[in-house]
Amino acid sequence: MSTAAPRTRIRGGVGESVERPDSAPKAKGEFQYGSDLRREGMLFGATLRSPHPYARIAGIDTAAAKKMSGVKAIITASDLPTRELFGLMKLDQPVLASGKVRYVGEPVAIVAAETAEEARVAARAITVRYEPLSPITDPVAALQPDAAQLHRRGNVIEDVLVEHGDPDARADVVVDGEYELGMQDQAALGPEAGLAIPRQDGGVELHIATQWLHEDLRQIAPCLGLPESKVHLVLAGVGGAFGAREDVTLQIHTCLLALATKRPVRMTYGREESFYGHVHRHPAKLWYTHGATKKGELVFVRATIVLDGGAYASSSPAVVANAACFGAGPYRVPNARIHAVGAYTNNPPTGAMRGFGAVQSCFAYEAQMDKLAAALDIDPVELRERNALRNGDAIITSQPVEGSAPVADVIRRCADIAMPNGEIPTEPIALPGGLGNLTHGEGVRRGVGYAAGMKNVCYSHGFDDFSTARVRLARDVRGPIAHVHTAAAEVGQGIVTVCAQIARTELGVERVEVDRPDTTIGSAGSSSASRQTWMTGGAVLAACREVKAELLARARKAGRSPDDLGALLEEPIDRTVTHRHRDTEPRDAKTQNQGHVAFLFAAHRAVVDVDVDTGLVKVVQVATAQDVGKAINPVSVVGQIEGGIAQGLGLAVMEEVLLRDGLVRNASFTDYLLPTTLDMPPVVTVLIEHPHPDAPYGAKGVGEPPTISSTPAIVAAIRAATGRELNRVPVRPDDIVFGAPYRSGWRITPGDDPRRAVRAS
Amino acid sequence: MRIKLTVNGDEREAEAADHESLLTVLRESLGLAGSKNACEQGECGSCSVLMDGELVCACLVLGAAAAGRRVQTVESLSDGDRLHPIQRAFVDAGAVQCGFCTPGLVVATYSLLKRNPEPSEQEVREALSGNICRCTGYGKILEAVDRASSAMYRR
Amino acid sequence: MSVHISRHVDDVLDNLSTRKDVTILAGGTDLLVEINFGRIRPSNIVAIDRVDELKDHSRNGHIRMGALVTYTRMLETDVGSPALQEAARTIGSPQIRNAATIGGNLGTCSPAGDTLPVLAALEATVVLRSKGGERRVAFGDFMTGPKKSVRRPDELIVAAEWEDAGEAQTYMFAATRNAMAISISGLALVVDRARRRVGVGLGSCGPTIIRATDAERFAAGLFDETGWDRPARPSDAAAREFGRLAAGAAKPIDDVRGTVAYRRHVLAVMGARALARVAVVP
Repeated sequence: MSTAAPRTRIRGGVGESVERPDSAPKAKGEFQYGSDLRREGMLFGATLRSPHPYARIAGIDTAAAKKMSGVKAIITASDLPTRELFGLMKLDQPVLASGKVRYVGEPVAIVAAETAEEARVAARAITVRYEPLSPITDPVAALQPDAAQLHRRGNVIEDVLVEHGDPDARADVVVDGEYELGMQDQAALGPEAGLAIPRQDGGVELHIATQWLHEDLRQIAPCLGLPESKVHLVLAGVGGAFGAREDVTLQIHTCLLALATKRPVRMTYGREESFYGHVHRHPAKLWYTHGATKKGELVFVRATIVLDGGAYASSSPAVVANAACFGAGPYRVPNARIHAVGAYTNNPPTGAMRGFGAVQSCFAYEAQMDKLAAALDIDPVELRERNALRNGDAIITSQPVEGSAPVADVIRRCADIAMPNGEIPTEPIALPGGLGNLTHGEGVRRGVGYAAGMKNVCYSHGFDDFSTARVRLARDVRGPIAHVHTAAAEVGQGIVTVCAQIARTELGVERVEVDRPDTTIGSAGSSSASRQTWMTGGAVLAACREVKAELLARARKAGRSPDDLGALLEEPIDRTVTHRHRDTEPRDAKTQNQGHVAFLFAAHRAVVDVDVDTGLVKVVQVATAQDVGKAINPVSVVGQIEGGIAQGLGLAVMEEVLLRDGLVRNASFTDYLLPTTLDMPPVVTVLIEHPHPDAPYGAKGVGEPPTISSTPAIVAAIRAATGRELNRVPVRPDDIVFGAPYRSGWRITPGDDPRRAVRAS
Repeated sequence: MRIKLTVNGDEREAEAADHESLLTVLRESLGLAGSKNACEQGECGSCSVLMDGELVCACLVLGAAAAGRRVQTVESLSDGDRLHPIQRAFVDAGAVQCGFCTPGLVVATYSLLKRNPEPSEQEVREALSGNICRCTGYGKILEAVDRASSAMYRR
Repeated sequence: MSVHISRHVDDVLDNLSTRKDVTILAGGTDLLVEINFGRIRPSNIVAIDRVDELKDHSRNGHIRMGALVTYTRMLETDVGSPALQEAARTIGSPQIRNAATIGGNLGTCSPAGDTLPVLAALEATVVLRSKGGERRVAFGDFMTGPKKSVRRPDELIVAAEWEDAGEAQTYMFAATRNAMAISISGLALVVDRARRRVGVGLGSCGPTIIRATDAERFAAGLFDETGWDRPARPSDAAAREFGRLAAGAAKPIDDVRGTVAYRRHVLAVMGARALARVAVVP
């Protein structure tokens, strides 16, 4: 995309840390999130969920609940208008369970009542007779030939094999490892919420906090038995997303209740229900082997990766593909075999979360890189630099990295960031255990760790990825004004600011208003995959260029200066453009193709203090260098990086949805721990701006890399401080104190099909 | 039951079902949705308000038991389009992303700076440790508190 | 369900004696969670947070802390127990500190209650009042199980009392987060030099708060040798032995917050550290 410099410089354009248009209303408490919405005569919805991980439904009795005070509608599977299923990538999920429930928390019935309390009480009064079945909660067990089939087509959601070069190559130095990641929750602070309003024409209008309006629409309409034209979606304020709002949760339910009662219905999940209501990050089991020459050049990587998809597919197919494609990391690897499989189990469904598959493999391959460095007696930074991908090098899918590939730069510049003060503090609040007053310095050892990571930007493997933008340039009494309309979901990341900045820079107009996203315009795709700046930013840029071209044509025709907007805008200029990135290829049998648009890179260095006697950790500093292409809004970019690192830190040392037999044991913020101000250290960030030629202004997207390699860097630092193996995250105090490494209980040769795993005796 | 209380300086009457928290009363009965509902158990601070001058989580106050109390919410801090210096600082520092935690953090900062106008970074971290932010990693929030302290007290 | 706001202890006691199923609401930090999550719907709530008589605190060799003294008050005023101040600080959040009270901690009677191991180590007394009068129960007899105590339904917890034990005391806990955490295990140690007494209270490692009596006796023996009035650092071996004995008293279980093995281990570490810290305090 060529970039013509605008003639006049306008305040608030590309490259400036512009104030977000939504930040003042948010700081004042005026911004309306999904859970803040109200309408006259509104009812409240509630959901009855399965208490069993796997069971046959023998009967549902709603008679008593229907007679309860305030109840206006109760809907079970038998009342649904259609038998349509929903799902992000596979239509495998029933709107309400019929016949069987497959996870704890699966919706079985929904209720609308005059008050939220009445709805909740009535939902509890519904009696469901379950015949419990034996659940499968180990994804490797689910893949074995003798396992019970949880879905008609078996327990494999997706199976991705990457074979590159000579997959069976041998090397001088070989290191092996087994790794596991627990289930992380996105834990967006705003709970799931939506308001459905029935329409005169028999349709419905849904105000919804989501990441992707049009994909919701595609799934909702058939389940309501309505054409898409009768379902109108408007974006409600979104209190964070991080992948959790990519799937349909309460959308269909809210609409069904509104249609059934002919009244507006609001549904809001509480925190506990939110843990059951949305998908989580895939827990993963990984088996790796790395080979290198004596000089430290990577020869091969072989890995088997099993991701627990839970009861329904969600976005598992793409997560599995990512884990495999980026399974060797940002390094030159001539030979590889990565076999990644996503399995159905009776655990809660898993899907998108920031980093999307790249997080899981990065934790393993970066631990392997450190093992290799130790085996070769090479400095870990040096080893990574030596093997870093350069522009034109191919990743293990044979796709060359084009445009910008500053991997060695990212690693070196991260390592060069000044270290924090070398002294270990004595105040407990600054030490592991913090306000627990556990150590005043006793047992504390400092460690430093490094990691680098990579991920794709935008959608891959032939998906028709596009975004639509409408730009309307007009004038009013105050002068020229541009309106930008897209369906891109502002989830906190700042796309609304990016769109305005691009319009200002392109049109040379300071007043820009970004309209509320809805489904009256074409899809913008999801606010995920670090893609909105590239895609919707690109669409706004293209629409602005068309508007500008029309303006210049008018100026030429009228013989006026293009700056004479007053005269040239008697009629507004209005252009809608659909923007696509370059085509990507679908996967072939060995995943050797041009499957991705472009790649993002980052490196992290963590400094930690560990109380080795109690196994508690205080992260002292995280330093990072990230390849961002171009920072359109530097403050927002740094905000994304710091926030992403906080989530990486959470996964490293505290965040895990704890399951037992498919049951979530910690569905609350008391026991699902999120980093506080006393857990998050200062972050030092270096932005590396090597513009990508295909991206708007070269901006590549920034949201995900911070969560990818921050986790392994922190764990590497803890290993350095403790000497423990720490092959599982989150690292628990027990792991540090007792040092027993995680063992999967399965024997498998890295690279082999996990269906051939053998139980370790 | 119906309760009377003072909210942001005004005498208000509100319906409070017996099981409802002050947060629910503020949000659903009084139309003050600025205090947010994120965890319902005092773990995240998104519903922080001042009650008789003390910083509390509105979700942990029983609505019916708040009768007669003086409650101050985030809505009281700005004056039309004029932001309170703390709100200005949050906006200027880039401390607002999804913004769901922001009102609670603004109120918690207001309470902190009233007691301790020039807190050290460690004091800020401790004072805000009951306010979870999932977006920012807190760096910009700490910067915002510092800016607010400067703007309000270090002129 | 009804909600009654009380302003006087007598009014609370009237309510407790005349009505059935009364739930006392103090700071609300425990009760409201149960209500918000729909786990309970108490029939009669009596809110006592405006009963000013229960907010008094007196210190005169003998400490009497009214049931409604909040964590914030404990932190900001000299309450007569440094360990209690450390316990009040652990939570971090000012929102919780402003609401949570010592009486609420006693009322909920959770093994994870922040202040309770300190009260155990101080050999505090719980003051209960009913229409029939006041009775004093040693903390060790007060708590009978998780969220269970000897408080009768007609009784109100009005205060905790203890003898000023001096400065040689500490509280610490282990949790995987540096603030806003419920302890995996906690330990309070009080060395009352004047009365020649050692108290050790363990939290989150059994159905009740546990007194580690073997550890107490062991430490008392050490002080008998070195002199109760003389601050002295114990040998590493002695500190470790003290920790081992403290951990030996625990009856931990595995739960979402921690394992049996870790709880025992960390109690031993905490015990050793606590003794080393406290023994040098005059």
